[in-house]
Amino acid sequence: MLELRSVSYRYAGYAKRVVHGVDLVLGDGEIVGLVGPNEAGKSTLCLLACGLAPASIGGGLTGSLVIDGQPMTGRPVHELAGRVVLGFQDPTTQRSGVAATVFEEVALGPMNLGLPVAETVARTRRALATLRIEELAGRHPGRLSAGQGQLVAIASLLAMGPRHVILDEPTAQLDPEGTRLVGEALRALAATGTALLVAEHKTDLLDGLCGRVAVVVDGRIVLDGPASTVLGDERLEGWGVEPPSRIRLSRALAGMGVDVAAALAR
Amino acid sequence: MLGGYIGPLVILLGGIIPSAIAARLLGRLLRISILLSLPIAISVVFVSVFTRAGTTVLFAIGPFDATLEGVDFAGQVLVRLLVLSTALGLFGLTTDPRALVFDLERRGMSPKLGFAAVATVEAVPLMIERAGVIQAAQRARGLDTEGSLVARLRGVLPLIGPVLLSSLTEVEERSLALEVRAFGRPGRRNLLWWPGDTSAERVVRWVLVVGFLGLVIARATGLLPRIP
Repeated sequence: MLELRSVSYRYAGYAKRVVHGVDLVLGDGEIVGLVGPNEAGKSTLCLLACGLAPASIGGGLTGSLVIDGQPMTGRPVHELAGRVVLGFQDPTTQRSGVAATVFEEVALGPMNLGLPVAETVARTRRALATLRIEELAGRHPGRLSAGQGQLVAIASLLAMGPRHVILDEPTAQLDPEGTRLVGEALRALAATGTALLVAEHKTDLLDGLCGRVAVVVDGRIVLDGPASTVLGDERLEGWGVEPPSRIRLSRALAGMGVDVAAALAR
Repeated sequence: MLGGYIGPLVILLGGIIPSAIAARLLGRLLRISILLSLPIAISVVFVSVFTRAGTTVLFAIGPFDATLEGVDFAGQVLVRLLVLSTALGLFGLTTDPRALVFDLERRGMSPKLGFAAVATVEAVPLMIERAGVIQAAQRARGLDTEGSLVARLRGVLPLIGPVLLSSLTEVEERSLALEVRAFGRPGRRNLLWWPGDTSAERVVRWVLVVGFLGLVIARATGLLPRIP
């Protein structure tokens, strides 16, 4: 279990806090969506949840990061690598730049952990298989589509063997096909029992994937609950979050006098 | 007078050129080496030929005398420059940077230094690609990047800021992404592969080491003269 307990944070060189007293729990095997408008603090929460803030990027933190009951605040990030990892928006910047094949790219993390070669190879194969991208193993990581690149980035995280995976807008720079590929990959990842925290603007991706969704506005969690309840909340659009197309469609039909539930029942 | 040419020419004709022929890279090597050394070579020739003091004046351009001593000095510098550029060029053309780094890491070098070396090499095409994208965006907003040399130079300036800033941002995010993958962990890594080291390569390496020591000794004892 990963917990942010009463966390407030300001970036280095800034007086103003961007996260205020946040409590967030990511249970074992749980899939949690994080939604909110731009500049709400979603990315900062992701950095805090994986320990990069403040350990690597500095800044002022109050509150604590606790993983499996152990306080992890301020620990070097490599010590957290087997417990929690973070994926970023841009697949290009997540490439190490030193691997000639996708296999080597995915293997870099386990290799960094100092694992025996056999274990590194086994983890790499498993990660590629989980995301169903074995056929990319021999390709150059720099010559993939953006969607494929993001899958490789996620596989690279998965190969670390983390129990918690945090993804910061993994489809932000992807076209619909890339988004579809990543969506399928997240479902495959969820099926392995890995806990997922996904910050995302595209609520369609979260709808049906997440068990729980939290809404972040101005650095505070203003709503946290079952995905079906939160994504259907009337206040969502007021907070700058577009509800899933399923909800918008049913509302539009209801506005036209169509009884969706009755129509579906028929 | 020829003494200053012997050492570099022995290295060039006895080591670098035959190696390039064996690797079937002579044409590419010469092109790259000439491109690498041309800017320095031109300035060396002008400065040496016309400003080096000497007694034998070959010809004069205005107040500047071209002396035989200046031509000799320029020749000796050029041949050394050619040796340097061809040696570096041959190294670059025949060595996979990853293989070099992995081998150095296996011999105890820090993975971070290795990463810095390989990432620098790999970053060049990425920066060129990004500069192309930014240039296209600037042109779409009316920036003139074609035509006269002045117009082209003027078009380069607005690229510098965005290319540098986006590169810095990318470096920051890349370093965070690597950190998440335990790159900062101290201790040795078990590499997936390392380059082969054949007996022929070992022999060549020892020949180079012995040759290098021989040249140092020859130079120290005066067997190879220095540039006057």
